[in-house]
Amino acid sequence: MKQTKNDIIVSLKDIFVEFDGEVILNHINLDIRDKEFVTILGPSGCGKTTTLRIIGGFLEPKTGEVYFDGEKINGLPPHKRNVNTVFQKYSLFPHLNVFDNIAFGMRIKKVPKDEIKKRVKEMLAIVDLKGYEKRSVSKLSGGQQQRVAIARALVCDPKVLLLDEPLGALDLKLRKIMQSELKQIQQKTNTTFIYVTHDQEEALTMSDTVVVMNNGIIEQIGSPTDVYNEPVNAFVADFIGEANILNGVMIDDCRVRVLEEELECVDKGFGQNTPVDVVIRPEDIEVVKPEEAKLVGEVVDVVFKGVHYEMTVMCKGCEWIIHSTECSPVGTTIGMKVIPFNIQIMNKMFLDEKNTFYADVISSDKTENSITVRVEDSEFEIEGHYYEEGTKLAISIPPSGLSIAGDGVGHLDDVYIESVIFKGEHNEIILESDSQKWLMQSDVDEQVATYVPVKFDFAKAEFRVMEGENEA
Amino acid sequence: MRLKRPSIPYIAWMLVFTLVPIVLILYYSFTDRSGQLSLEAFSKAFGYTDVFLRSLWIAFISTLICLVLAYPVAYFMSRQKKSVQNFLTMLIMIPMWMNFLLRIYAWVTLLQNNGPIDTMLSFLGIHTQLLGNQNAVILGMVYEYLPFMVLPLYTVMSKIDFRLIEAASDLGANRIGVMRKVVFPLSIPGIISGITMVLVPSASTFLVAQYLGGTNDIMIGDVIDKIFWSDNHTGSAIALVLMAAIFIFLIILNLFGDEEAIAE
Repeated sequence: MKQTKNDIIVSLKDIFVEFDGEVILNHINLDIRDKEFVTILGPSGCGKTTTLRIIGGFLEPKTGEVYFDGEKINGLPPHKRNVNTVFQKYSLFPHLNVFDNIAFGMRIKKVPKDEIKKRVKEMLAIVDLKGYEKRSVSKLSGGQQQRVAIARALVCDPKVLLLDEPLGALDLKLRKIMQSELKQIQQKTNTTFIYVTHDQEEALTMSDTVVVMNNGIIEQIGSPTDVYNEPVNAFVADFIGEANILNGVMIDDCRVRVLEEELECVDKGFGQNTPVDVVIRPEDIEVVKPEEAKLVGEVVDVVFKGVHYEMTVMCKGCEWIIHSTECSPVGTTIGMKVIPFNIQIMNKMFLDEKNTFYADVISSDKTENSITVRVEDSEFEIEGHYYEEGTKLAISIPPSGLSIAGDGVGHLDDVYIESVIFKGEHNEIILESDSQKWLMQSDVDEQVATYVPVKFDFAKAEFRVMEGENEA
Repeated sequence: MRLKRPSIPYIAWMLVFTLVPIVLILYYSFTDRSGQLSLEAFSKAFGYTDVFLRSLWIAFISTLICLVLAYPVAYFMSRQKKSVQNFLTMLIMIPMWMNFLLRIYAWVTLLQNNGPIDTMLSFLGIHTQLLGNQNAVILGMVYEYLPFMVLPLYTVMSKIDFRLIEAASDLGANRIGVMRKVVFPLSIPGIISGITMVLVPSASTFLVAQYLGGTNDIMIGDVIDKIFWSDNHTGSAIALVLMAAIFIFLIILNLFGDEEAIAE
């Protein structure tokens, strides 16, 4: 498909949204091509529904522009936009029957009665609900209500149909059926679909383009194969499909070191001795004899998944997941071989592994050998160190020196968990406080998009006095 | 069926203090002083037809004004944050914490000649009699019963899913369209219970007209109140007719409501 500029139907430019000081969308840019099935994919709280509501006109961005078919539509109320929405909980009108629900939009546009009848009938045929005109919507099943909601929106003949997690309330089997039906309806009606979901499988199955969002920004835009095979960073790799994500060092072009073994890969341009994230999909690992591979490990767990076996392998203290149609029993030692093409190298999402932050000494006690410092809005005492009052300190703490305060009293309160990625040995957690981001190592699975109190282990910290003027 | 037991006191209460009095009223209505079966009480009751009709009329007008005033207030309330909603509900309820008679007296003081409102109006060059007419009675009734209209409307409206309103505007309805096609049909149960809560007590109310109205503005409630001292047969008959009239009206109202809610 060749793209010209005219292909763009919806365009978001530098959209910024915040509620009560909390940033929901952080200057995002997004172009959506006409007649495509676009999925916005991300974990809850990533801003995907907000993006949809901005296109629908239910929410005005604080700054940024919304273009529809080349025209700026900021401030245009929903009823004047040529966009219709299928809401998360369908929002069918309980006082109207199926026919009247679907006819709602056309009646407002004063479409002649005969035409309304004809179009409702056609639409019911498309969504496979022939003869349901007179039924009460409250007596329909979830899947049927879903289809009425789609019909109600599509019958208005919108240029763009917005779908906000429309299959979330359905059971697995029905969801699968509706997925393929939605795709068919999209092709039949030749309408642009913008579909919001947190279900990566749904996104991969239905979409022409997948937009991966996290924490108010767009991480990656691409075809389902692109985002699966060429994720731009560890977050995307982790969120879409299963992945072994490991810390590595790029020695040189096409040479990466993982778990002290040098492997061949195909990526270039990362420089020399650069820390990187290495992603290997479980199905890309070939099980071979131990002497045939550089990476050798012991199978510790096997689960039969129907199509394949999922094996957990311990290799140099790291957990690896392997999908294979052949089972290696628990306890066997195996070799793991990966062809260079299947080793994905990506830049680290977070470079400062020292977690350097600045603190003002606001009082100090020579006899107790302790200081009280202010960091952001918090004040706390550090024992075992003495600096004069008024000193500005740069403190560095390695990721292992950060922890979530189990008793609820941390040095910094309300720190936001931006992402949690399992790196074989530990979880690597990226945190965000008022003024900076932090990297934390943890063995506990923390909940993304929540706020937690964070504690520092100052025994692992390095202190440095800042000279005079602030060098920050 | 253990669950039924707690309702026994209520049922007993209803039997003794509602059902028995209604039977007594029926008995008195259809008998004369000597205890003979007779329609004499009804023929006497017809002497009060004009008062009766006027009372119903005043009740209708008051109910209508209540509805018009309460509807936007209730809608506004239902769209606020929960904490604001609770605060507003309390504001609506506060007047009801005061005694009914006190509130009516307050209006007498406000409206009487040389009272604050009269003084202010004459200062502006408007000279009028505020107290002792039908308008004052209606004002008193609206003031008295407005909360009974606001609360059921608010209760029903606050249950209307906000997303339905979004869905309607998504489908092309402007504000008026949203109100007409979604909010109004879905609020009909609230309108019906609001009308019931206001019309029934205001049709049979007494004392309001005595204090705020003129000598000609006496209402059927006052008549019943007065007549019962001397002639409980005629009093019962009037009460029965009033009950019947209200009952018929409510049946019609509910039929209308059901149709409205099901059809378009």
